[in-house]
Amino acid sequence: MTASRLTLWLLFAPFLAWVLLLVVIPHIDLLILSLREKVAPRVYETGFRNYADFITSSVYPWTLFRTVAFSLVTTAVTFVIGFPVAFYIAKVARGRRRAALFLLCLLPFWVSEIVRVFGWMMILRETGLLSGFLQWAHVTSGPVEFLYNDAAIMIGLVYTSMLFMIVPLISTIDGLDDALIEAGYDLGGNGVTVMTRIVIPYAMPGIMAGSIVVFMLSLGNYLTPTLLGGKNGQWFTAQIYNQFITRFNWELGSAFGFILLITSTLVVWLLLRLSGQSLSNTLGR
Amino acid sequence: MPDFDLDCRNLVKRFGTFTAVDDVSFSIPRGAFFSILGPSGCGKTTLLRMLAGFAAPDQGDILIKGASVLRVPPNKRPVNLVFQHLALFPMMSVTENIAYGLKRRGQRRAEITRAVGEVLERVGLPDAGPKRIDQLSGGQKQRIAIARAMVLDPAVLLLDEPLGALDLKLREHMKIELKQLQAEFGTTFVYITHDQSEALVMSDTVAVMNAGRFEQVGTPEELYYRPATAFVAGFVGDANRLQGRVKAVGDGRTAVTTESGLELIAGPPSGPVRTGTAVELFLRPEAIACGGAPDGAGNRLKARVEDVLFNGAQSRILARLPSGDSIEALLPQTGAAASLKRGAPVTLGVAPEALVLFPK
Repeated sequence: MTASRLTLWLLFAPFLAWVLLLVVIPHIDLLILSLREKVAPRVYETGFRNYADFITSSVYPWTLFRTVAFSLVTTAVTFVIGFPVAFYIAKVARGRRRAALFLLCLLPFWVSEIVRVFGWMMILRETGLLSGFLQWAHVTSGPVEFLYNDAAIMIGLVYTSMLFMIVPLISTIDGLDDALIEAGYDLGGNGVTVMTRIVIPYAMPGIMAGSIVVFMLSLGNYLTPTLLGGKNGQWFTAQIYNQFITRFNWELGSAFGFILLITSTLVVWLLLRLSGQSLSNTLGR
Repeated sequence: MPDFDLDCRNLVKRFGTFTAVDDVSFSIPRGAFFSILGPSGCGKTTLLRMLAGFAAPDQGDILIKGASVLRVPPNKRPVNLVFQHLALFPMMSVTENIAYGLKRRGQRRAEITRAVGEVLERVGLPDAGPKRIDQLSGGQKQRIAIARAMVLDPAVLLLDEPLGALDLKLREHMKIELKQLQAEFGTTFVYITHDQSEALVMSDTVAVMNAGRFEQVGTPEELYYRPATAFVAGFVGDANRLQGRVKAVGDGRTAVTTESGLELIAGPPSGPVRTGTAVELFLRPEAIACGGAPDGAGNRLKARVEDVLFNGAQSRILARLPSGDSIEALLPQTGAAASLKRGAPVTLGVAPEALVLFPK
C-alpha cells in the first residue's frame, strides 16, 4: 500500500466508522429484530408477523399516513414562507442588509431545539403570551389553550425547518443571472410568468433539496410533535418510542422503524419523479 | 419625412451627480444597422437599457414608429434585447426558449410550432429545436438568442455586445453572419459595442459615444476618413498622435511645429485655429508611404527603422525620426519592404491631407 493510499484511508476512516457503526450495523440489527416473531417466552421464529401486525392494525397505518401527510404540508408551508424570504435575500437585499437578514434566519439555531420548542410553549399555552394578549385586548373573555393540537405541531415544525429550506433556496437563486429575469420581461412576460416560468424552474434543484431535507426532518422529528401536540400528537416516531420504551416490544418497534424508512424513501423518490429532478442534481450541488 | 423606426430626443440619464447619458438625440431609419460605439463606461449600456425599458430617462423622449414609449413597460415595448451573455433560459430546450415570448402573447400552439420552425430555419439551425442550451456551441447560442428575439417580430432589435464572449475566430465569422441575418430579417438593429471593427464592418451608421455624448454620427467611412473630433480620430482605427502648435494657416493647408520640433504641412484644420493654437495631429499608419515620395508638396520625413512588427498583411514598421518621435507605418506589400530591415534608413512620405488636425 502506498503512502498516498494510506492517507486516503486514514482520512476516510472516521466517515467509514460513522456510517458503519451508526447507520449500517444498527439497521442490519433492526432488520433482523423486525423479522423475529415471539412464539413463546424466549422462543423466536423468523417471519413477517410484525409487518402483518402493522398492516392489520386500525391505528398504526393511520398514524403513519397522518405523519407523512403532515410532513408534506409542513414542507409546502415552509416553501411558501421560505421562498419569498430566500428570493429577497438572494436578489433584492445587498451588502450588510443581506448579511444581517441571513444571520436573522440563522439566529434561532443558536439554541437547541428543545429551548425553541419551550419558547413556543410559552407563547401558545393556556397561561401563555398569546392567550394573555387576547384577553388583554378583550378578544376572548377567558384563557384559550393553543397547545396540543395539529396547528401547534405545524407551527413548531415549520419554525424548526425553515432554515433548511431557505439556505438551499438562497444558494440556487443566487446563481440566477439577473439577465434571465430581464429577458423574461423583455420577451413579454409579467411578474407572475417570470416567477413561474423562469425563477421557479431555475430554482427547482434548490427547492427539491430544501423540500427533501425539511420533509425528512419533520417525518423523523420526535421532540416537537410530542411536546407541542401532547397526547393528540400521534406522530409515528412516538409510536416507535412507545414500542421500544413503554411496551418493550422491540420486534414491532424495529418493524415500525423500517416501515418509516421505506415510506420516506418512497415519498422522496416520488417527489423527485414528479418534479423531474434527480437526487444528484439536487443534493449533490 | 423619412420613415424612422426609432427616434430619441434629448435623452438624459443621471445617477446621483453623474450624468451617464447627456442630451443624446438620434433617429434610425427603418431597416438600418445602427451601432453605438464607445469605450466602457461611456453610457452606451445605460442608453440601451432606456431603449429596452429597464431604465427611465430623466429627460427626453423615445419614439418607436412615431409613438412615445416612455410609459410602456419593457414587456409591452415593441423592442427586444439580445443580452450580453445572451440570457438563454438554461432549463428550457431551444424550442421552449423561442416559444416563450409567443406563449406570453397567447398565440395558439399550432401557430407557435410553425413560427419556431420558421425562425430556426432562417437562422440556419432547423434541427436544433429539441436540444438543450448547454448542448449548443457559442455561435449556435448566438443565433438562437437572435431567433428568440426575432420570432416576436420587434420594430427594433437591441444587441448588447453579444459577440464579446466569443473567441476571436468565431467573432470574425459572426460579424458577417449577423450582418447577413439583419439584411434577411430587414429589422432595425441597434448594436452596442466597444469593438470598433465590429461597428465598422456591420453598420450602416455608427454613433461614437464618449462621456455620455455622441461625438459623431456617420457612416463607417465618414468616421474613419473624416473624424469630427479628436476623440473619434483616436478611437476609430489606429493613428499616430503628435502634439504641436500652428505656425501658419494658409489656403487649405496648415503649417504645424510639433513639440519635438518637427515641421509639418497638414490639411485644413477641423475647428477654428490661429497661429499659435495648440493642436493634436492624427496620422494613420496606412497613409504613410514608406520609401516612396508622395506627389507634390508633401512631407518627406527621414527616419530610421527601429523595429519591424510582422503581422501578415497588417505588418508595420516602427520608425524613429531624428526629432525623437516614433511613427508606425504600414509595411508596403511590395518588394520595397525587403530593404526595410531594422536599422535601415527610410523616407516617410506623408500627404498633407493625411495629417488630420484638431485644436486641443
